Amino acid sequence: MPSDPILVFDKVSLRYGDSWALRDISLTLNPGETRIIFGAAGSGKTTLLKAVIGLVDVDEGHIRLFGKDVTSLRESQLFAVRSGAGVLFQEGGLFDSLSVGENVEYPLLNRQAGEDKISPEDAEKRVREALRFVELEQTFDKFPAEISGGMRRRVGIARAIVTEPPLVLYDSPTAGLDPITANTIMALVAKERDVRNSASLIVTHRYQDGEIMSDFLYDPGQEELKPVKGGADRRKQERTKFIVMKEGQIVFFGNRQELESSPDEYVKRFVRHEENHAQ
Amino acid sequence: MLASSNEAEAGAGSICLLDFLKTPIASFQDFLFLAGRSFLNIFRRPHYYDDVSLQMDIIGVGSLPIVALTGGFSGMIIALQMARALNTYGASSQVGSIVTLTLVRELGPVLTALLVAGRNASGIASELGSMKVTEQIDAMRALGTDPVKKLVTPRLIATALMLPCLTVIADAIGMFGAYLIAVPLLHIIDSGAYWSTSWRALVLNDLAQGLIKPLLFGMIVALVGCYYGLRTTGGTQGVGRSTTQAVVAASIWIFVVALLMDKIFVGL
Repeated sequence: MPSDPILVFDKVSLRYGDSWALRDISLTLNPGETRIIFGAAGSGKTTLLKAVIGLVDVDEGHIRLFGKDVTSLRESQLFAVRSGAGVLFQEGGLFDSLSVGENVEYPLLNRQAGEDKISPEDAEKRVREALRFVELEQTFDKFPAEISGGMRRRVGIARAIVTEPPLVLYDSPTAGLDPITANTIMALVAKERDVRNSASLIVTHRYQDGEIMSDFLYDPGQEELKPVKGGADRRKQERTKFIVMKEGQIVFFGNRQELESSPDEYVKRFVRHEENHAQ
Repeated sequence: MLASSNEAEAGAGSICLLDFLKTPIASFQDFLFLAGRSFLNIFRRPHYYDDVSLQMDIIGVGSLPIVALTGGFSGMIIALQMARALNTYGASSQVGSIVTLTLVRELGPVLTALLVAGRNASGIASELGSMKVTEQIDAMRALGTDPVKKLVTPRLIATALMLPCLTVIADAIGMFGAYLIAVPLLHIIDSGAYWSTSWRALVLNDLAQGLIKPLLFGMIVALVGCYYGLRTTGGTQGVGRSTTQAVVAASIWIFVVALLMDKIFVGL
């Protein structure tokens, strides 16, 4: 029996002055599914991500997150809905005044609902688990200013997943990082998806990020990513789709093969073709 | 035909004028919303007591040296200037009461507020502005915390409580500074007479405005600093711009409110 979608965008539009930030956006995200969002700067990718959890108010349409219409909720009502989604901001969004451990602990101690209250001992255990997941347990007592940009991004992932949310939003997780660190980050994103079967929305500029998410699965036995083969792997691969945005609109939606064979010149800009490999 | 064209021009002119006013009115409305939410949050849970005490330390204890220094020098300067002016009329013995009234009614609250605005409205605007441009404010909202409750309300409470205390300290040190000039240096009045004329010059109205003004100024400093910090855009350059705007706006509002308060208290 199919489960209810985690996220539904229904004809969502938002204008900033004369330009469209989001224009007639409709999309659905089910549990365990991944959407890779490409687009030029200013095409509305980050706005779309922020609209998911009500960080920006849309002008038209409805956004249903975990069955709740976030476009009709007040800010105070949104806090409970937002706690079901983990968010990795572009620069990590870590609080400068808190240590790495306190940053990761923040969403656990800050839950609104009384039944979700957690003891400080359990919280520390969960924080260490999350930091171990991103291989940064040794940074527990350090401050964000004392660690590198790539490490901050990994701590951001730990903070996003520490509450084990069914949906994780990644805003340019690899922007400004060297290729090795970027691949490490994407391996963690794929690991999170496959270990906990969480849904993900990933905004990125790197085609390789989409390739990793589409063509690789995390193998818990080997503790590494392995290429998609056949059968069950293919069915899992089908849960990863690509979106290309242009001036607030979705101009492409499909899987990797469809993306690579798209005749649209704008869409082609985000695809790394074989001839580019050779160069 | 000519009349209708003139009317059309006049209409277009008023539309342009209204467009010009739209931005400042919208900004003032946003400021009032922020102020309203911050005040209401004082009575709503959760309460961030640790943040309030931390801000009281930063704003109150941190501003103490500069406020004490300014209060002391203000008292000494007023005493020096007044001693000469009062001597012309043979009223040098009134130097204590003049200094006290000037400090308690006006200079103490305004000077202290301007110093705290320069030090803390800028600090608040730059801190919150940096948090805004590095997406820490969005992260806070995404993680289920109301930034107004967590960041603005503690700063509002701390500044509103600390500024009257700082003003009282500045007034007291200013009066002592004036005493040093009038009694041991110029010998225009003896010690007992200085303190008794100073004390007797004060009435309830003076004490009331000497405490109510800094309370209001404290709210202005905190809210203006937070407002400009939270609306920061444009990276590090934007943080610098917000910081400057916060100090300028807070200083102007301090003078405007001081004038309004004077009008009210003079009429009482």
